Amino acid sequence: MRKATVTTVSTVAGVILLLSLKPHQNPAPDMTAAPPPSGTPEAPASPAPTGQKPSSAPTGQKRSNAPTGQKPSNVGASGTYTGSVINTSYGPVQVSVTLSNGRITAVKALRTPFDRPRSQQIAADAVPRLTQEALSAQSAHIDAVSGATYTSEGYTRSLQSALDKAGV
Amino acid sequence: MGTVFSFDLRDPATPPVRRALKEAVAWLHHVDEVFSTYRPDSAISRLGRGEPVPERCAAEVAEVFALCEEVAHTTGGWFTHAPGGRLDPSGLVKGWAVERASRLLYEAGAHNTCVNGGGDIQLRGEAAPGTPWRIGIAHPARPGALAAVVTGRDLAVATSGTAERGAHVVDPHTGRPATALASLTLTGHSLTRTDAYATAAFAMGAAAREWVEALDGHEGLGITAAGEIWRTPRFPGATWAER
Repeated sequence: MRKATVTTVSTVAGVILLLSLKPHQNPAPDMTAAPPPSGTPEAPASPAPTGQKPSSAPTGQKRSNAPTGQKPSNVGASGTYTGSVINTSYGPVQVSVTLSNGRITAVKALRTPFDRPRSQQIAADAVPRLTQEALSAQSAHIDAVSGATYTSEGYTRSLQSALDKAGV
Repeated sequence: MGTVFSFDLRDPATPPVRRALKEAVAWLHHVDEVFSTYRPDSAISRLGRGEPVPERCAAEVAEVFALCEEVAHTTGGWFTHAPGGRLDPSGLVKGWAVERASRLLYEAGAHNTCVNGGGDIQLRGEAAPGTPWRIGIAHPARPGALAAVVTGRDLAVATSGTAERGAHVVDPHTGRPATALASLTLTGHSLTRTDAYATAAFAMGAAAREWVEALDGHEGLGITAAGEIWRTPRFPGATWAER
């Protein structure tokens, strides 16, 4: 059977769950128009994955860079946080994430295996689109990508480390 | 290695929708606790050791195994919940978990959503009023390229392939890795079945095309190890993005 699925299911808890609430027809990276989160941030219901995750999960490479944003408050973190460099089989991946009151407003790919200028600026609603930008730099608008999660893993792990720093 | 579950909601974030989102996340964590073969204390690991399943998750485990049996039957044994003789329904659980998460959101009023579990996707409604969802199919041999774009409403999209982790789908009849296909994408209505069928059909290799064509409610796009691309006649919106 499919090994990918096995590993996938095994680390649900260990991996980021990025939740994006996005208004109609507003593909721009700017999420500030969206209603603010009520109290708790939307993102990770169970962040801080260190400790509870299975051994195969990426715990080791975290927290290598100091956050450039301010510490989280009870309304959620704000600022820009740089994730760890994650080595994938296609090359290193590193992202930074910008948060406003615990909501992701921008994710920027600092390093990608397929470095093209247009894959650098990445939209707000995170992973599906992150993958999309890397995979389809030249194609029309894509909402998500099926198959090949190798890049999203790198993205996610880097992103998770950035979010860990943000404390969300 | 883990995977990403992401939720993309195109409806207004009403309080019930926010609650459902939290519920959906909690649900995925719950599924991990019950079905992870990597957790010695999960229900599935207990079951594999011949121990009783905790009562509170017995119904879910029974549901998953019933679905596994159904899919095993439909696929003529090409899907199995005990690959290599070891109890492991993971080939079905992810799609099932994503589909239910999608339903939780739907029931709370989020009718236009994309729930993505590591590239296996349950879509509801549409991306924007009058605009269908557009899902890129990653090219298995060319990192950075898409092989196709699927467009549609209320659609499940699942891809099984070798690109990401090498040959990891095993032919249940021979025990050897399936290598005839590099990638197989299936579309359908329910991600539970679409995902499991994609895994099964991938293992079929060269026979997959004919099988998918005969499969009600599902369409497929295959990329062979040699690089040939085929698709079934009604594969939705195969806008080629080759380059």
